[in-house]
Amino acid sequence: MNKLIISPSPHIHGEFSTKRLMRDVIIALLPALCVSFYFFGLGAMTVVCVAVISCVVFEYLIQKFLLKTTPTVNDYSAIVTGLILAFNLPSNFPLWLVVVGSLIAIGVGKMVFGGLGNNPFNPALVGRVFLLIARPVEMTTWPLPINMITADATTGATPLAIIKEGLKNGLTIDQIKSQADYTFTYLDSLWGQIGGSLGEVSAIALLLGFAYLLVRKVITWHIPITIFLTVTVFSGTLHLVNPNQFIDPVFHLLTGGMILGAVYMATDYVTSPMTHKGMIVYGTGIGLITIAIRTFGSYPEGLSFAILFMNAMVPLINKYMKPKLFGEIK
Amino acid sequence: MIKTFKKGGVHPPENKISRNAALEQLVPEGIIQIFISQHIGAPAECIVAKGDKVKVGQLIAKANGFVSANVHSSVSGTVLGIENVADYQGIKKPAICIQVEGDEWDENIDRSPEINRDLSKTSEEILAKITEAGLVGLGGATFPTHVKLSIPKGKTAKAIIINGAECEPYLTSDHRVMLEKGEELLIGVQLLKKVVNVDKAYIGIETNKQDAIDNLKKLAANYSGIEIVSLKPKYPQGGEKQLIKSITGLEVPDRALPIETGCIVSNICTTLAVYEAVQKNKPLFENSVTITGKNLNVQKNFIVRVGTPLTQLINAIGGMPENTGKVISGGPMMGRAINNLNAPTLKGSGAVLFITKEESKRGTKSNCIRCSKCVAACPIGLLPFLLYKLAERNMLEDLKENSVHACIECGCCLYTCPANLPLVDYIRLGKTRAMKLIVKQK
Amino acid sequence: MDSTILTTVIMLGLLAATLAVILYIVAQKFKVVEDERIGETESILPGANCGGCGYTGCRAFAEALVKADDISAMFCPVGGNTTMTKIAEYLDKLVETKDSEIAVVRCLGSCENRPRVNEFDGAASCAVMAATYSGDTDCSYGCLGKGDCVSVCNFGAIRINSETLLPEVDEDKCTACGACVKSCPKLIIELRKKGPKSRRIYVSCINKDKGAVARKVCKTACIGCAACRKACAFESIEIENFLAYIDPNKCRLCRKCVEVCPTGSIVELNFPPRKPKVEPQEPKANVVNTETVTN
Repeated sequence: MNKLIISPSPHIHGEFSTKRLMRDVIIALLPALCVSFYFFGLGAMTVVCVAVISCVVFEYLIQKFLLKTTPTVNDYSAIVTGLILAFNLPSNFPLWLVVVGSLIAIGVGKMVFGGLGNNPFNPALVGRVFLLIARPVEMTTWPLPINMITADATTGATPLAIIKEGLKNGLTIDQIKSQADYTFTYLDSLWGQIGGSLGEVSAIALLLGFAYLLVRKVITWHIPITIFLTVTVFSGTLHLVNPNQFIDPVFHLLTGGMILGAVYMATDYVTSPMTHKGMIVYGTGIGLITIAIRTFGSYPEGLSFAILFMNAMVPLINKYMKPKLFGEIK
Repeated sequence: MIKTFKKGGVHPPENKISRNAALEQLVPEGIIQIFISQHIGAPAECIVAKGDKVKVGQLIAKANGFVSANVHSSVSGTVLGIENVADYQGIKKPAICIQVEGDEWDENIDRSPEINRDLSKTSEEILAKITEAGLVGLGGATFPTHVKLSIPKGKTAKAIIINGAECEPYLTSDHRVMLEKGEELLIGVQLLKKVVNVDKAYIGIETNKQDAIDNLKKLAANYSGIEIVSLKPKYPQGGEKQLIKSITGLEVPDRALPIETGCIVSNICTTLAVYEAVQKNKPLFENSVTITGKNLNVQKNFIVRVGTPLTQLINAIGGMPENTGKVISGGPMMGRAINNLNAPTLKGSGAVLFITKEESKRGTKSNCIRCSKCVAACPIGLLPFLLYKLAERNMLEDLKENSVHACIECGCCLYTCPANLPLVDYIRLGKTRAMKLIVKQK
Repeated sequence: MDSTILTTVIMLGLLAATLAVILYIVAQKFKVVEDERIGETESILPGANCGGCGYTGCRAFAEALVKADDISAMFCPVGGNTTMTKIAEYLDKLVETKDSEIAVVRCLGSCENRPRVNEFDGAASCAVMAATYSGDTDCSYGCLGKGDCVSVCNFGAIRINSETLLPEVDEDKCTACGACVKSCPKLIIELRKKGPKSRRIYVSCINKDKGAVARKVCKTACIGCAACRKACAFESIEIENFLAYIDPNKCRLCRKCVEVCPTGSIVELNFPPRKPKVEPQEPKANVVNTETVTN
């Protein structure tokens, strides 16, 4: 007999599903992935593959044997974590450490809290920060893009690190820029021809992905744009006050994985606020903390810490940043 | 200028596939069953007995108190008695059963096709006619119309708003009425204006019904104080609060009635029924019903007598297709699934929608990924993900604090949820329970 | 070097002393005078915090017990008579002993007895389902099987049988706290006298439709035929709205009603097997269900 199906309304469902959203994030990451394969070659490919595969495998194993639940690896979220973790690693990173980083990302960053949706911190960032603190040398020795490799240099520092080092030695920005080993131009950075983590180098490819995410309504503009604006305003003010000590905002926007972090890591659904108002507060916080760490702290790069810090603030933001009730009288 | 409301909302595929099917009469046969309670408020009191002969339009159950509505026979024939009849949801309620014999109408009803343009009746006369005709809101809520039109003391109405948004996908009965009975509709609007003593009326229509907008604009030139407003399609534009916001820009204050903004909203079919009741003496015993579905060979817009068994409607479109998974009374966003296909239609049944098996099932539910799409989609500004969790854990005090009372159950949150969580199922439950608690605490 | 250590020790010592004084003053100032009997009473209570007594938890119940002059109407279903007697002794107040009770599920509409006619696809909750429509069978009174009773039970004493899709009560674990009774939107679960040696008889149906209607939708529905009332020698059975109800206080557990019930809707629990009779009239469905419910 033909049994009718009964359910409460609504009886139709929109186009979104967790799977589709995650798939769109992966698609949005593809341009940057291609650019990194082009610049960093086989090293980038191996790191990405190892990170993605180990994230998926760890998620499956933990869900199946430790938590004894039905594995949900088919929602692609582990792939996204793996990709973003890999994007934050240098292309010559030891593979065994990639595996360890993935284990930390999935195990400590995600599964201990109950899996997708319950983790307070961005899993990929947990993995990255763990590696950054545990193995700082490997994490900050970046190979140069293939076509920049010369006889005496196969690795180099990121532009941010060069600036930081120079400032520490008492040089002014202009002096640092005139040094021989400073070959960075904004054009290189747009295209991706600079040293750095394998996924963060190409601004254009990352922005292409950002546009895709916006068109597909995967994310809203609120978080990335507020981060960019805050960074511009804060670092711009500093630059205007003393151009010799503080570098210009464009530099900040194009280096240190700013775009990667703002578009793909800060916008992680689980660890970002629920309301648009909250997102703006969250983005502003990330922007301020990043620039504060970069200019006043000892680390050259501060975005990861800023995002993790603001992740911790999200429950608080959610509590106080509620949407306005229709017809509410204040 | 094309208007809409700003906060939240979703854009489901329109699927108005029955838009070109002209209204047709469906003549009932066999036994029909008319529920004595087809409205919000006290059930009507039956005034006929077994064996009585009734005519079409004869009063068979009398309103019981102010918030109640008269019920009229929709057929002529013999009363078989009052029985407990299962409704669409299988819940048994008392209904008057009548054996159909011929189609003899009450003499007072004017059945001529001429349009009665006489607007000389006083406000009281019009309201009396509406009360007597047993009019209820046909947009789905079935609230007695005469109650809605009785403005509370101390409040004044400024404008009448006619809801031609028909924002639910699939539904087209209002659309057809606007096209085919435009002038009657406008006279109904003039009558409503007179009842509540206002000079201004707006008819809000979504631009996916451009032909209806054009038709009414042309006709409205002959009537003073009626403005046709084009609305940008967006669900739930037809919600009372959203419609007032779209058209006037005013927000109905939280916990208050729409009259606070000076607006009274009426549905298209209700307005037509007002015309028929006042100008033609015809009580509410039939209603336009869309019968549609992607898997049907024919799409229909019927004028159906109240109490006609659903099976007759299904037979009229050539039977239910094999691959039907769900039958819905109303639209796909807020309509209710039907599990009893033998149930009779009601005053407020505006549509019967067939959904194929493939489209009927909800997706598998997974963890909330806190994507905040439900928050962005909520037209009221609630936090559906939070209310869902609170309702699931039965935390009524917290639900109350998070304004669960304001939920209009539009379903936008569940529609948009990528994890397929039964958000509105639980919120609805939590709302009911929290409201009970609030009443208890008072 | 010496002076550094000395200064540190003195500084820390002073700090510790100051803090100790502050702590002492604060503790004195904000001291809550509490009846010590509350704590004692609470420790006698089982600590299940189930709310079966009608209070929010064992603590609240203990407070109420200490405060009230007459505690005869108060009862802890989890601890039962033993606990209540102990409390009575401790507080020197009078309590009434109660027959111990147990939750019974009054529906036998398994998949076999009561065919499913549609499929529910909403949230897995009886309350949501009941608010949506009459249910996935033609019986609008019967169990919906989504397990609201299971999720509210603090003691893991109730679970849904995967074959019959009906809830089953674990006699050893059930404390008669009544949480399941409140959670059931169809009001199927009842707290009943546990009976001597856990033996009890009840009508396992709440369908109030006419016999023919009820029988059509479920093989084991009570059809209100009154055969049981006639068979009962103790006038313990009443029939209202085509539904029989056995008064547990009048029932003498003779089992005559079980034998005469034509649909097998009367359930007997924990009785020894019957002696083989000349004409075994026992309905078939009943045997199966008795076993499953007894578990």
